[in-house]
Amino acid sequence: MTFKSHRAGLAASLALAAGASMLLALPALAQTAAAAAEPTVNKGDTAWMLTATVLVLLMTIPGLALFYGGLARSKNMLSVLMHVFYTVCIVTVIWAVYGYSLTFTGGSSLLGGLSKAFMAGMTPDSKAATFSVGVAIPEYVYLAFQMTFACITPALIVGAFAERMRFAALALFVPLWVTCVYFPIAHMVWYWAGPDAIDAAAKALAAAGDEAAKAAAQAKLDEVNADSGLIFQWGAIDFAGGTVVHINAGIAGLVGALLVGKRVGHGRELMTPHSLTMTMVGASLLWVGWFGFNAGSNLEASGGAVLAMVNSFVATAAAALSWMFVEWGAKGKPSVLGILTGAVAGLVAVTPASGFAGPMGAIVLGLIAGAVCYFFCTTVKNAFGYDDAFDVFGVHCIGGIVGAILTGVLVNPALGGTGIMDYTTGKIADYAFATQVIAQSKAVVLTLAWSGIGSAILFKIVDLLVGLRVKPELEREGLDIADHGERAYAA
Amino acid sequence: MKIVVAVIKPFKLDEVRDALNALGVHGMTVTEVKGYGRQRGHTEIYRGAEYTVNFLPKIKIEVAVESGLADRVVDAIAAAAKTGQIGDGKIFVLDLATAVRIRTGETDAAAL
Repeated sequence: MTFKSHRAGLAASLALAAGASMLLALPALAQTAAAAAEPTVNKGDTAWMLTATVLVLLMTIPGLALFYGGLARSKNMLSVLMHVFYTVCIVTVIWAVYGYSLTFTGGSSLLGGLSKAFMAGMTPDSKAATFSVGVAIPEYVYLAFQMTFACITPALIVGAFAERMRFAALALFVPLWVTCVYFPIAHMVWYWAGPDAIDAAAKALAAAGDEAAKAAAQAKLDEVNADSGLIFQWGAIDFAGGTVVHINAGIAGLVGALLVGKRVGHGRELMTPHSLTMTMVGASLLWVGWFGFNAGSNLEASGGAVLAMVNSFVATAAAALSWMFVEWGAKGKPSVLGILTGAVAGLVAVTPASGFAGPMGAIVLGLIAGAVCYFFCTTVKNAFGYDDAFDVFGVHCIGGIVGAILTGVLVNPALGGTGIMDYTTGKIADYAFATQVIAQSKAVVLTLAWSGIGSAILFKIVDLLVGLRVKPELEREGLDIADHGERAYAA
Repeated sequence: MKIVVAVIKPFKLDEVRDALNALGVHGMTVTEVKGYGRQRGHTEIYRGAEYTVNFLPKIKIEVAVESGLADRVVDAIAAAAKTGQIGDGKIFVLDLATAVRIRTGETDAAAL
């Protein structure tokens, strides 16, 4: 078996625990340790990553913008489109200036440093690690690919407090949120030294002759393994962003919906979607773009990418059907909005699992996610009465949690999963159910706490500085006129 | 002169127009309206939110005719717009004081 792609491994914990004794049992590996070749860039991988990057941008604009926009009332259509488009623009600039550096350079296990701020030292020939030893992609395309993730995550949040938050408040909240919440979480989950560094250190250890050399090599390996994010070190796996993107955005959305407050007339007046046609177009663009998101997260045009693609097909379809049939049974009619929302819930849930689960596991994951998200978007939301306008919490946070936890189960090779690569041994590590599910759960809890608390503080700061809400009479008139002086549709 | 105002189901418009044409009525004004009568409304469900929609889409027709023709117009509309189901609509007849054709300045019966 060649190298399986994945975001994180048990590498760190295993290496620290098992250490040299495990490696001494592999004399064959020691012989190949000599010269670690400089990783090379492959045109096919580069072409795929360029494609995947624009697919993820397509998810956000116009995909997510139309998905949300159709759910709004017509008087707030432009406001929703503007929130999403502005978010893409501001985060793109921030990412190039300091976001990429804070996320993807070493520093602490919580946040990176500023060594690559202003893209310092980067050229079109710079390389970024993939998940295979000896294989790199251009750092520019890695930066651009990860940029699109940083853009869509805060754009997901806007659905929760749509139709009443001031544009000025959003304009301030988004840069604060990506800086204080997104960059740290993405660093904690995804930053690592890369396969080549671990492989080289492991081989050096295996080749070490005397005790002093062994100790030095072990220290080097420990250092390489420690050069990674906190959640990565815990051994939690997240292929394409279940924690980083969806739980992170989902809980921030719930906090925002609670702090901004309910829309005027919520629960008493008609707040029906103004165009489910646009919502259907948007949901479909999300699905198409999501292949860039999930299969692109493999970073190489290889077997891991095609697995992620198949999983993103079947889990999505299963979740859409799951929601549709549950709703049909519970409410008497299968709704278009239901099947669309189920599909998005399936995409969310399969995101962390897409490169780890087998396709049959992904179908089961989709079936569970569709039903669970339905329950949260209907029964739970109604019971608590919060006004999460477009169900950011019910779909992204809950779907993300279902996906994150079940990824720890479905990665099991006995269930058709890929297992987890251990780069210190160059083999798939033994699967341990409890260890993996506990690591996944810790990642979920830390993300919920960091984003939940961090977002609450940031919303309060923004409220003090510019005020979160528009005035009630302006909210009644609609945010398009109040905030932007425009109408989506001719009167 | 009379003005006949009818509120009907939208998909009955073509049949009503044909019936009035057959009577020699050569003009009408049509408006898309919303309203409710005995039909009340219907329920719409969007994810967890259930809404009772009271106002249903209808078509309002206004036809100005000579007084002698009014009863036959009412009968024709009633026959053409009827499905027998609740929500078929209503017809109102009002007196019409004056009519003017803008292009020629003709008035009353000559203007219809």
